[in-house]
Amino acid sequence: MTFSLTKGKNGVVVVGVDGQLIVGNRQDMKQKVLDSLDAGARKFVIDFTRTGYIDSSGLGVLVSLSKKIREQGGDLRLAGLNEDLQTLFELTKLDTLFAIAKTPAEALAAF
Amino acid sequence: MTQPLRLDVRPSATGGASDFELALDVPSDLGYVGPAVELIADRFKSGVLSPRRVRFNLRTALAEALANAIAYGNRHDPRRLVHVRVEAGRDAVHIHVTDAGAGFDPAAVPDPTLPGRLEREDGRGLFVLRSLVDHVAFSAAGNSICLTLRAG
Repeated sequence: MTFSLTKGKNGVVVVGVDGQLIVGNRQDMKQKVLDSLDAGARKFVIDFTRTGYIDSSGLGVLVSLSKKIREQGGDLRLAGLNEDLQTLFELTKLDTLFAIAKTPAEALAAF
Repeated sequence: MTQPLRLDVRPSATGGASDFELALDVPSDLGYVGPAVELIADRFKSGVLSPRRVRFNLRTALAEALANAIAYGNRHDPRRLVHVRVEAGRDAVHIHVTDAGAGFDPAAVPDPTLPGRLEREDGRGLFVLRSLVDHVAFSAAGNSICLTLRAG
């Protein structure tokens, strides 16, 4: 389970979540995104294409990062959720809090 | 995370040939949640639950139950263990997660989807867990939870 940060066109940082985003590794992702925010990045896409599962701690870290990024005038978007993960966001009503795109390419195009 | 997890696998004392039981003691460190979930999920690669439900429902619900037991039940106390017992039968899988804490009242946990709570970082665990399994039961003391996933 790893997180990869790639800076794409227009300075958008794409964060790939490989495996899971859960209580045991969420701090790692949070720190990586916050470091990038400190370094000046403002636009983020979290790519869940290769993600197996996300627990409530993982959801919580996304909520808190989104808030921090918005406070800095930035934006965080989500992409690549499979049907189960999409359902998880709908059940928790977090789909109302995030801009969710089908693919990372779609999320990038929306900036 | 320093010590290896040891999964105890045995045939069910009461069931038929396809039934088995698992037992696992997990130290009260959140770093063990992911590895503990994988150890148990690996035992369901084929059989009573569909691969999709193992990948998502079982993994997520078990991660929630373990994290709650470690953080709220055992309060990260390294001297305390979380006991996991899994009963896999033909019709259902029951997962018991028990901590050494004083228990809690699940009815007192607020709904995390209410407008005022939506932007909070925590407080979704029990809600997510309930959404992903077929049945949730608590022991009278509130320190043990039983998750039931029906076959399929």
